[in-house]
Amino acid sequence: MSSTYEDRPQGAEPRTPSRERQAYGHRVRPREGAPELGARGLRLAYDDRIVVEDLDVAVPPGRVTAIVGANACGKSTLLRALARLLKPRAGAVHLDGRSVHSIPTRELAQCLGILPQSPVAPEGLTVVDLVGRGRSPHQTWWRQWSSGDEQAVDDALRATSMTDLAHRAVDELSGGQRQRAWIAMAVAQGTPVLLLDEPTTYLDLAHQIDVLDLVTDLNRHQGRTVVMVLHDLNHACRYADHIIAMKAGRIVGEGPPAEVVTAAMVEEVFGLRCVVGDDPVSGTPMVIPVGRHHSSQPGSVEAPVRDAVG
Amino acid sequence: MTTELAPAPGPERPAGAMPPGRFPGRLAYRLAVPPVSGVLSPRLLGVCAVLAAGTFAVFWVGISVGDISLPLPDVLRALAGAGDPGTRLIVHELRLPRAVAGLLVGIAFGVSGALLQTMTLNPLASPDMMGITQGAGTAVVASIVLGWDFGPGTQFMGLLGALTAAVLVYVLAWKRGTTGYRIVLVGVGVAWICTSATDYLMAHGRQFEAQAALGWLVGNLNGRTWQQIGPLALTLAVLLPAALLLGRQMRTLQLGDDVARGLGTRVQTVRIAVLVCAVGLVAFGTATAGPVAFVALAAPQIAQRLAGTAFPPPVASGLAGAFVVLVSDLAARKLTPGTELPVGIVTGALGAPVLLWLLVRANRAGSGG
Repeated sequence: MSSTYEDRPQGAEPRTPSRERQAYGHRVRPREGAPELGARGLRLAYDDRIVVEDLDVAVPPGRVTAIVGANACGKSTLLRALARLLKPRAGAVHLDGRSVHSIPTRELAQCLGILPQSPVAPEGLTVVDLVGRGRSPHQTWWRQWSSGDEQAVDDALRATSMTDLAHRAVDELSGGQRQRAWIAMAVAQGTPVLLLDEPTTYLDLAHQIDVLDLVTDLNRHQGRTVVMVLHDLNHACRYADHIIAMKAGRIVGEGPPAEVVTAAMVEEVFGLRCVVGDDPVSGTPMVIPVGRHHSSQPGSVEAPVRDAVG
Repeated sequence: MTTELAPAPGPERPAGAMPPGRFPGRLAYRLAVPPVSGVLSPRLLGVCAVLAAGTFAVFWVGISVGDISLPLPDVLRALAGAGDPGTRLIVHELRLPRAVAGLLVGIAFGVSGALLQTMTLNPLASPDMMGITQGAGTAVVASIVLGWDFGPGTQFMGLLGALTAAVLVYVLAWKRGTTGYRIVLVGVGVAWICTSATDYLMAHGRQFEAQAALGWLVGNLNGRTWQQIGPLALTLAVLLPAALLLGRQMRTLQLGDDVARGLGTRVQTVRIAVLVCAVGLVAFGTATAGPVAFVALAAPQIAQRLAGTAFPPPVASGLAGAFVVLVSDLAARKLTPGTELPVGIVTGALGAPVLLWLLVRANRAGSGG
């Protein structure tokens, strides 16, 4: 728990998702040494409105997990609970067998990082200052900029290609650069577990892919466990090892994208008829919505169809 | 953009190959034993030095000005405890308490404003906008009009009023944590309630008492004594270090509650600690000199703009506050020789344009808070 990723051996083995899936069946292989994050019997509520009831979840250690679902299905709520930003009414979130609410907040912040949805930086704050604040769980009032801090900030800036923009004000950057600056802050925090709430919101397609590739880098090269809420199912299929599909506060499907993402699941979760084919680039499932207007004849779709509803 | 992503730093990272001065403009200091380290901004240090020098200059000149003009070198000598006894008496017993009161009140208001503005992320969040000053005003006017004790009684009432108003604002603004905007809006409401109560008391007080209350309400350094300064000096000795220690946590708080908690900050604890510090400073400051207008609002903004930081720097804000109060007091005495114009009138006249400028600016940027 006390060790941050910097102290741990850098496991950077490349892997192909499809081969791995064959070898390990429907279970995603956990990575050794990565902390185990999960929850049991969660009941989550805002005031009187219960959003999630009796939910069990386990995050595969050392892998990328995407939580997907329709709006207001409780996916961000679940992520907030995993990040101890929301106290469960019942049940508990566990990190390596300890309830996160029993771990001192500073110690937890050295193990678990959270980037909320569209955070706002104060006017005039420079990128390097923002990223430096990511080091605060490692600092004390007398030790505020150790060489370890400087190294971590430098690495985080480099990993996110923000080094050249380090002295620019965050509020002057483009949306994609700004999001990378925030991710750099989370990276500098040096936590083995990283939780991201819709990291691609408000970004154009190129920047979305940019951010998701960065997430993959953080996972593959630094062995970080990533849990993110994503809206785009195709992105989730391509970039996640493990998908958690939620509907009305319950988990309705869980596992590798190839098994979870089917036309039936999409129809159940999103109420959307679709065709699921293979992503021509990554070979992962690709969801093509049918909609009401533009389908030629169902069944004559050219893409290699896994299964279709309707 | 997609192609320029750097290779992962992990395995290829040159271990320990950190060239010095990697981040220019950040003066890092680091000791091996004890493991003390930090970052200093040369610009902020420069601003602090200039403000400190300016404050001392005004402090010095302020002491020399009065019914009997004293030569500046004589003032210095008297301050050092030398020189002729007559000058020493004037300086130590008559002029110095007023100057020290101005200095300490300015520091207290400046730091208090910096704390509240940083915490709420809102440049309009100052004790005068949030009902805290008005609460102190109502309590003190009540004590004067209702004929309660002066001296320490006034100070106690000021403190009580400020604390009551602050607690009221915090309780009313409480909703799943307290956001910057909400706390200011509720504060404005509480401020008006207090102002109404003060006006009611003034209307019902006898003329002499109402006059005394009015003199206090505009903010006043006339006729301060060492006894009135003592409590404020003690408060500063305790709360200033506390405010500086809170700085680090407050800066994570600036990134939003969720980010701050994710970074291991105890959000509500820090917020309450900041509020206690800010309210304590402004309450004792108000008790000493009355609600000197706009200092707590303007001084942090002046300091922030001079230093080019993303938050009002507390030390520079305190110095800016002292500078503004002392300059205003000097101007008040110079502009109307003979009659002692209360300092609050001058700070108000100086502060109002600053407030307007801030409002126009906030509107243009589309971010009132």
